[in-house]
Amino acid sequence: MSQTETPRRPIIELDRVEKHYGDVAALAGVSAEIREGEFFSLLGPSGCGKTTLLRLIGGFIEPTRGAVSIDGKPMTGVPANHRPTNMVFQSYAIFPHLNVFENVAYGLKKQRLDRAEMRKRVEDALAMVDLAGYGARPSHALSGGQQQRVALARALVMRPRVLLLDEPLSALDKKLREQMEVELRHLQRHVGITFLLVTHDQEEALIMSDRIAVMFEGRIAQLASPEELYRRPVSRRVASFIGVMNFLDARLTGEAGDSLSLDVAALGRLEVPRDQAPGGVNGGQVSVGIRPEMLTILFSDADRAEREIEGEVVDVNYYGDMTYYEVRLPGAGTPATISMRNTAGRRILREGTTARVGWSPASLVVLD
Amino acid sequence: MNERGASGWLKGYAVGYLAFLYGPVLLLPILAFNDSAVVNFPFRGITTRWFGQLWETPALHQAVVNSLYVGLSSAVIATILGICAARASARFKFPAKRGIMGFIMLPLVLPEIIVAVALLVMLMQFGLDLGLWAVILGHVLLCTPFSIAILTSAFLNLDRSLEEASLDLGETRLGTFFRVTLPLVAPGIISSLLISFTISFDEFIIAFFLTATEPTLPVYIWSQLRFTSRLPSVVALGCLLLVMSLVLLCAAEYFRRRAMRRAGPASATGGYL
Amino acid sequence: MSTAGDALPSATRAGTPARPGWRARLRGDGLQGLILVSPPLLYALLLLAAPLAMVATISFWTQDYLTFDRTPTLKNYAEAWTDPLYRTLMLRSLAISGTVTAATVLLAFPIAYYVSFHVAPRRKAMWLFLITIPFWTSYLIRVFLWKVILGYNGVLNSGLLELGLIETPLTFILYSASSVVITLAHAWAPFAILPIFVALEKIDRSLLEAAEDLGDGPLRRFRRVTLPLAMPGVIAAALIVFIPTVGDYVTPRLVGGTDGLMIANMIQVQFGKANNAPLGAALSISAMLIVAALASLFLWLNRRFARGRGA
Repeated sequence: MSQTETPRRPIIELDRVEKHYGDVAALAGVSAEIREGEFFSLLGPSGCGKTTLLRLIGGFIEPTRGAVSIDGKPMTGVPANHRPTNMVFQSYAIFPHLNVFENVAYGLKKQRLDRAEMRKRVEDALAMVDLAGYGARPSHALSGGQQQRVALARALVMRPRVLLLDEPLSALDKKLREQMEVELRHLQRHVGITFLLVTHDQEEALIMSDRIAVMFEGRIAQLASPEELYRRPVSRRVASFIGVMNFLDARLTGEAGDSLSLDVAALGRLEVPRDQAPGGVNGGQVSVGIRPEMLTILFSDADRAEREIEGEVVDVNYYGDMTYYEVRLPGAGTPATISMRNTAGRRILREGTTARVGWSPASLVVLD
Repeated sequence: MNERGASGWLKGYAVGYLAFLYGPVLLLPILAFNDSAVVNFPFRGITTRWFGQLWETPALHQAVVNSLYVGLSSAVIATILGICAARASARFKFPAKRGIMGFIMLPLVLPEIIVAVALLVMLMQFGLDLGLWAVILGHVLLCTPFSIAILTSAFLNLDRSLEEASLDLGETRLGTFFRVTLPLVAPGIISSLLISFTISFDEFIIAFFLTATEPTLPVYIWSQLRFTSRLPSVVALGCLLLVMSLVLLCAAEYFRRRAMRRAGPASATGGYL
Repeated sequence: MSTAGDALPSATRAGTPARPGWRARLRGDGLQGLILVSPPLLYALLLLAAPLAMVATISFWTQDYLTFDRTPTLKNYAEAWTDPLYRTLMLRSLAISGTVTAATVLLAFPIAYYVSFHVAPRRKAMWLFLITIPFWTSYLIRVFLWKVILGYNGVLNSGLLELGLIETPLTFILYSASSVVITLAHAWAPFAILPIFVALEKIDRSLLEAAEDLGDGPLRRFRRVTLPLAMPGVIAAALIVFIPTVGDYVTPRLVGGTDGLMIANMIQVQFGKANNAPLGAALSISAMLIVAALASLFLWLNRRFARGRGA
């Protein structure tokens, strides 16, 4: 766990948490620590158990086995209303019979604050989410984005130790979502509260998080920083869930000290340092992964790369800022995807042309 | 047959059908104001004396009081039972749920005479006296399924995460029920009270079996139908009842729509079943 | 970098082992649900199941003026099923009810179809409102009004005489099975319209467009798409009308005459004037069983029919 500058103490500890529904295990043993003040994401396809885990931390469900502790205190048997967590719900769950102010003040009413103090805290919370002056609005008059802000203010005004966010951006349209990704991240830096986000959108997770836990089938497949996750996925599954990855069949021909010798389809024999196999290797058949942007099409004869091979362009997909080429490399099964930025003066290749492709062993990742 | 032609035919049919539905009811005001001692045509001029007669009949007043008592009690008890069942059915999974709910809803598809006979037999067996309380017992049985039907949709419309949000914000389960759940299903509750009251107020056969000396309004009307001389004032009474029902029905519809607006995406249609 | 394995907290707090199975389920949602549903359930058990059981018990006894002879006997059932009077009443009740059901559902379908498919969405509620209004006056008075309409000197006869369409008043309409059918068909109309309407509303309109797109004309489309999808509503409507009308008491008494009396009237007589509760109980149980059997048969046939067409 190399990215955080100062090791911070854990705020949530998950100890072999399991949750079964009948014979189905929604969580099949999850252990992890979430650190104080970080923006942590649970990322995975639907049904991977990420929402179950979040609801378990929030206290809406109890684990079948294992334990959750928050701030050093075991949470077994502690209901949601006694936990130092607050949640932003996927549907926002804005109380339709209350106006904006009453919604934000809902939890404070229990705390028996005096009137002025309560008003101040609510107004501060609304200002924090850019909704100053919206207090008297009826909640049904709010747009989706405003509802989300009210939900945020309502949770943050409680000053939780951890803020839980259940797919908070999934109901927003693309533009607004991108804007909110940045805002949420700024807000988290500003308030310094630990944010725990559940999402199925890898881009959202990469943009906002300090650390991400990728989950499949009730287990954490990899827990790492966004960069680590993208560059050094531990399995083919993680690699293809985060962004696009080309896979090439390879054979492990030798292990010597810190380096691995490989015979890779299309790329030939090569050696890579062992840390390019983050998931470890068991010998024999392996896969080698390379990201589309790590392959380069060499347009002019003057262009050079560390290693070069030739391939045939079989498909061209133009995206405006980018062009995605499908290039068949000799000896490789499926064509490789190569992304090229459409910089000034750069032409677009046609299907059927032969292209020179540049690559570097340092950008490979060896997967089991 | 093209769409437009079909639409025209259907519309004509619809209007004719409405005429069939409204025919008897529209006769009510005409007959009620008819200055004739026999309930029939031709129309002999306007009089309000049949309405006046209603004022001077203490037995009728007592019957109205009895019916109000039975109707209000039945509505309140049926709605409380309905809240329990609707909440359980909309929110929880429990063993034998289908069977239990089906059993509670059974009076909906049971001929009323069977319910009446069953209650009568039980009261006889226990040697209990008949009376209004027995009628209330029967009416609650009859109204509860309607109450459940109305309230289940109210509870289903309620987004479950609203209650979770309340818990999450530190409120207790009981507090959540009063601060979130109840306000949001309140229109459904009022609607259930109104419908249950109306059903009880109009119910005849159970009341006929189970009242002893204190008739409810329908039982009183039944007793009057035997006397030709009483018929004009019965018609006048029917007229008043129609107006009263309309007021209640409008109120129920108003609250149902408010419930829809509040608790979920509005569906403009749907009704009392 | 870390994987799940590395991040194991050092502490080894004992988890909360819970035995899965019905015990565990009962402790959570299941128990809460059962607790919540128990008041209405107990009520129905005490005031519906228990009384019905008593009716069943009594039906095997005999009444001797005011006391019961509790020796179990099938005598009441033998009488209920063999005496021509009871058999006639039972068959007539079923026939009248069946006719009423068929008439009501057939008449209701076009209305429900019209409101669902040809009325603008924001006016649908108003149409439903219009349809239900006449049914919120006293049931007794509505039935009585039909007596006024259909009677010898009634509205219908005097109207027809006035128009010169008939010379003498028609006598066959009041105090007959047909007057019972007309009155009941009127009284139960909204109970047939609403379920059919709800079923029609649920039909995804794009299915109809798809059928049309695939070459069906309006009639074929109606027969192949609309009608099969509306069937659940039609079935519900039929049962909602059929079951209660079999046991109707008021209408046959007021407009049925002697030819229009039904089984409920006889049940009432047994519990009242005839002072033969056991026979009344046997008649009630028999009626209930017959209705339940017919309803099940109806549902079963329909399910077979639906499966046969692969729906």
